[in-house]
Amino acid sequence: MSERTVFDEMGGMEGDPRAIYREVAAWFKQASPELIGNRKAEAEAFFRRIGITFAVYGDEQGAERIIPFDILPRILSNAEWNRLAEGLEQRVKALNAFIGDVYGARDIVRAGIVPEDLILANPAFRPEMTRIKPAAGLYSHIAGIDLVRTGPDEFYVLEDNARTPSGVSYMMENREAMLRLFPELFSRLRIKPVDHYPDELLATLRSVAPQSASREPNVVVMTPGPFNSAYYEHSFLADRMGVELVEGRDLFVRSNVVYKRTTEGPQRVDVIYRRVDDEFLDPLAFRPDSTLGVPGLMSAYKAGNVTISNAVGTGVADDKAVYSYMPEIVKFYTGKDAILANVPTWRCREASSLSHVLANIGDLVVKEVNGSGGYGMLVGPHATKAQREAFSAKVRANPDNYIAQPTLALSTVPCYVDEGLAPRHVDLRPFVLSGADKVRIVPGGLTRVALKKGSLVVNSSQGGGTKDTWVIDDEPNPARAGQSQAQKQG
Amino acid sequence: MLARTADNLFWLSRYVERAESLARILDVALRLATLPSAYAGTSNEWESAIDIAACREAFFANHDVANQANVTHFIIAGENNPFSIRACIETARHNARAVRTAMTTEMWEILNDAWNEMQRLKFQSFTSKDLTKFLSFVKEVSLRFDGGAYRTMLRTDHFWFQRLGMLVERADNTARLLDVKYHVVLPKTEPVGGGLDYFQWSALLRAVSALNSYHLIYRGGIKPWLVADFLILKPEQPRSLISSYEDLNRVLDFLAERYGRQGPSQRLVRQTYAGLQNLDIDTLFQTGLHEFLAQFLDDNNRLGMAISEQYLQ
Repeated sequence: MSERTVFDEMGGMEGDPRAIYREVAAWFKQASPELIGNRKAEAEAFFRRIGITFAVYGDEQGAERIIPFDILPRILSNAEWNRLAEGLEQRVKALNAFIGDVYGARDIVRAGIVPEDLILANPAFRPEMTRIKPAAGLYSHIAGIDLVRTGPDEFYVLEDNARTPSGVSYMMENREAMLRLFPELFSRLRIKPVDHYPDELLATLRSVAPQSASREPNVVVMTPGPFNSAYYEHSFLADRMGVELVEGRDLFVRSNVVYKRTTEGPQRVDVIYRRVDDEFLDPLAFRPDSTLGVPGLMSAYKAGNVTISNAVGTGVADDKAVYSYMPEIVKFYTGKDAILANVPTWRCREASSLSHVLANIGDLVVKEVNGSGGYGMLVGPHATKAQREAFSAKVRANPDNYIAQPTLALSTVPCYVDEGLAPRHVDLRPFVLSGADKVRIVPGGLTRVALKKGSLVVNSSQGGGTKDTWVIDDEPNPARAGQSQAQKQG
Repeated sequence: MLARTADNLFWLSRYVERAESLARILDVALRLATLPSAYAGTSNEWESAIDIAACREAFFANHDVANQANVTHFIIAGENNPFSIRACIETARHNARAVRTAMTTEMWEILNDAWNEMQRLKFQSFTSKDLTKFLSFVKEVSLRFDGGAYRTMLRTDHFWFQRLGMLVERADNTARLLDVKYHVVLPKTEPVGGGLDYFQWSALLRAVSALNSYHLIYRGGIKPWLVADFLILKPEQPRSLISSYEDLNRVLDFLAERYGRQGPSQRLVRQTYAGLQNLDIDTLFQTGLHEFLAQFLDDNNRLGMAISEQYLQ
């Protein structure tokens, strides 16, 4: 496949940087290699000290690893961000409406927009949810929408995460690290803060408490435990919200009410921000062998005595086959065209698409409909002939299970790698909070970097790293402008 | 607070305190080992270290004789010793990780730093210089952790369960140290208070950082019964059994008041505390120091279990 021009968000290594990167590029240009080396070491020490780690499944050695962090920030302007935020809010509203419809009247199926079997045969479809009406009709209170960029104004949604998206703790700790490393840049640039995320999350969770809850709803974060790869994040969020971090065994259900076991005896729980997958939530309703869950939790949920967040069964909205219908889904529920574009997607379940995909597999990215974390996918241009053939066979055997997309020329941002500063592909995961009162989005999100040269896979389990994401308030502010003018003169 | 969180805090504090005691036990054994045998007696200080650390069985399952090299290694980082210093720090950090939200950043960082340090150290090739450095490091970790808890934790039940763990473990360790020294230090043929005793009792006092304070309080030579008096009955001595029980009693009373409910642990702690208050050193020596300590260790153990049943499940 021919080389396409790749959009570098800073504007390349040489020449004039794009306006929004000017200050940052100038700082990095004047900095000596020693200074850069020091700041990198400081960052590494910071992350090791606070113990922010993740675990890679199936890797005994790396039971606790630090995710690589790059000190050059990824920057968005106010205008760029505002457009994204508007699109994100629209998309997540549509996602929530879609999930409610799927477990309700199924208007969208009757309108002939989404095929019914796509819903009913979806492994993430939970029939139990057709009899449960969550508070405020909201399902995915916390959504992570993965965005990629191919040009100054071209953003695409790569994937919706409506179940239990993770990474927000990195967004916050990255900012914390940058504040320590580059105080001079923060004092010069108006970078929008992200550290109120836990307050926004708590406000969101409280807004969807069940009606029977007390005026101060009791919120908990539920984790599978310290061995889970995202455990750091679970404890981080509980800590910052000032709520209890519980495991399944800390909770029990009596008369359809959920309680936690405390040193003072049982205490009622109203909202569970759970980071445990659906099928492990309740051994009486789902997997009977689950020791991570709480027996009877689903009955309490059904009785309307507890809010589970995200709701059970949100996975029907974020698999890759449903993804391909998102432009129509957004239009159907909001009445407007989607602000954020989808990456063009071929559904292998459709015969014409299947033959197109098989004929052009060398140019496409082929993904499993239910895969995640960068597993179970083929990047055509980077695969060997044998790999392509093996994958084609899998697709032919079970076409419903696959979709394909063109390989986009993903944007890059310069990164410090062993050889020095070099462009690396990035994506962006903003976090969208949907409460009964409003939608909340903190400006920015998690920027993930594919640290291997040329690689498009940004997942931390596949050697990806992260950067801090800055939304710079670059619109003229009369009061402030006057002030800096005065300072210059003084 | 969550019962599991309280349980984790209780135990992680016990493990940190235990790591410190183990370091102190090795310290005293090292000091005794440097004395000429005319001063130190013929007893094997390494075997006694094994006894105080309460790992005789595990040790002799892996070694035939007790000497400096294999005892220090076993207590510091023995692969088959679930209560080695390394294992204690690891378990403490593991528990801490499970309840990170229940403690302050300062406390977590102390444990996480200590754990990172443990990963880095090459225990197999420890020189005696490394060893001394390591033992001070462990004591420092415990001091910093304790200080971190004291200075940064909110005075909510999180703090009180952390204290309970530390106090129960501390009482256990002091009693054990005294008990074994009692055997080792008072061989039947030696007259009590002879020259040989002197160095051993002073080593023991040094092990609990109490040598100077002993002199401050008693202003005379080191007498075995006064050392026992000091470490069992003197409320001013923070490692004494009575001091630990005074604090345990206060914390448990406080929790009972807070939760509006008394239970078996309040009853047990009051009993033992009252027993210590009514005891004098002469009666204690008449009944036998060893018998007394055995009974105390038993009571202390029962208190730990009562706390666990009442609050931690």
